[in-house]
Amino acid sequence: MTPDAAVTPATSPVRVRLPAPLRELAQVAREITVEVPGDVTQRSVLDALERSHPALAGTTRDRASARRRAFIRFYVGEEDLSNASPDEPLPPGVAAGREPFVVIGAMAGG
Amino acid sequence: MSTVRLLVGTRKGGFVLTADAKRQDWDVQGPFFAGWEIYHMIGSPVDPDRIYASQTSGWFGQVLQRSDDGGQTWTAVGNDFTYHGDVGEHLWYDGSKRPWEFTRIWHLEPSLHDAGTVYAGAQDAALFRSTDGAESWEELTGLRQHSTAASWQPGAGGLCLHTIVLSSGQPARIVVAISAAGVLRSDDGGQTWRPANRGLLSGGVLPDPDAEVGHCVHKIAMHPTTPDVLFMQKHWDVMRSDDGGDTWREVSGNLPSDFGFAIAVNSQEPETVYVVPITSDSQHFPPEGKLRVYRSRTGGDEWEPLTRGLPQAHCYVDVLRDAMSVDGMSPCGVYFGTTGGQVYASADGGDNWVAAVRDLPAVLSVEAQTLP
Repeated sequence: MTPDAAVTPATSPVRVRLPAPLRELAQVAREITVEVPGDVTQRSVLDALERSHPALAGTTRDRASARRRAFIRFYVGEEDLSNASPDEPLPPGVAAGREPFVVIGAMAGG
Repeated sequence: MSTVRLLVGTRKGGFVLTADAKRQDWDVQGPFFAGWEIYHMIGSPVDPDRIYASQTSGWFGQVLQRSDDGGQTWTAVGNDFTYHGDVGEHLWYDGSKRPWEFTRIWHLEPSLHDAGTVYAGAQDAALFRSTDGAESWEELTGLRQHSTAASWQPGAGGLCLHTIVLSSGQPARIVVAISAAGVLRSDDGGQTWRPANRGLLSGGVLPDPDAEVGHCVHKIAMHPTTPDVLFMQKHWDVMRSDDGGDTWREVSGNLPSDFGFAIAVNSQEPETVYVVPITSDSQHFPPEGKLRVYRSRTGGDEWEPLTRGLPQAHCYVDVLRDAMSVDGMSPCGVYFGTTGGQVYASADGGDNWVAAVRDLPAVLSVEAQTLP
């Protein structure tokens, strides 16, 4: 076995819950599962989400800057992770598949 | 027998209206993309069943949709509108400098010759082109990097490129309008640009009457048989150019207000022009509460009100810049949508109007297609 063949990237099946407009756009159910390679972070989850559902590219974060859109929030359980670093590991329950990474369209508009 | 299809973009979704050649009874389908702002829907002149839609949201950003079956089904296509090279800065409302930042696509303009080629006008002002049916986009950077661009300042709706006119006479000529930079023209397919604002008066707004840029152009219309003749609804004034935008002269004539947004040219009569006067920039509704389309059959200067079938009392809607269109039939059908959600249709060049539909969300755009 060559060293290269031994490197099989581990992936984690991560549950992602989407708001209604994005579910309709991607034509998926409320919750989907994406395979996330390596560390499970906001960035790696969103990268995996956009890879598997290209229609969602740019809808949760800006295409050019990759910054979270102003009216988008990210939650795990009751924890608001919207302002956490995109490269910070998400709570272990996400990688373990026990709880979903939740994308929310913030309430706005009066 | 021909049919007419209206592509209607609204604040809360897109709608497709169809009627037979009489253009009296309209079938309404939609909303497509419910809840999203549909800034513009437009079909390819080469393949009318290929329709592009700009779908935007303050929450979820920009999505581009394409239909290849006349609006029955849709596919989300490319939405990567990345500014290329040095992003640069423009002026903000307060005079400070602000980096270019993409917000949305205001207007789509399919090629006159190739169903796969389409142009997109962006906020902040930039022009993008796709040659693969909107799957991918490339910025024509010569516009945003024009020597005057650092002095461009947004209009009330943002620094938006809202008008793209592809010349039917010269394939390499593109005319765009940006609020509030003005008109810029390219004669080499979008590689290089020059301002085309000579004669535009912006008294009270710009101290310099000969300012090269800084004009608040609202919309430009062209008849395909007379590509050098351009009609413009400006913030104030209706203007006309007979030399492809090299020079402009005012043709507001006897209009009750020369403020407005929309302008269109009759498909059968190149000198017949339509505008919808709006009271002023602070009163975005028709003068006297009467919704009147004004028609000039003399290429401007002399205007007549068209009122039959339109509300003539207590009407306080607006008609936005992309919300008027004409079909290709004879007599010409004229259509416009209002911020009150009505889409009005005239099958006789504007003499008589009916409401094709009354209670849509605020209408942002109307495009008419004539189908065989």
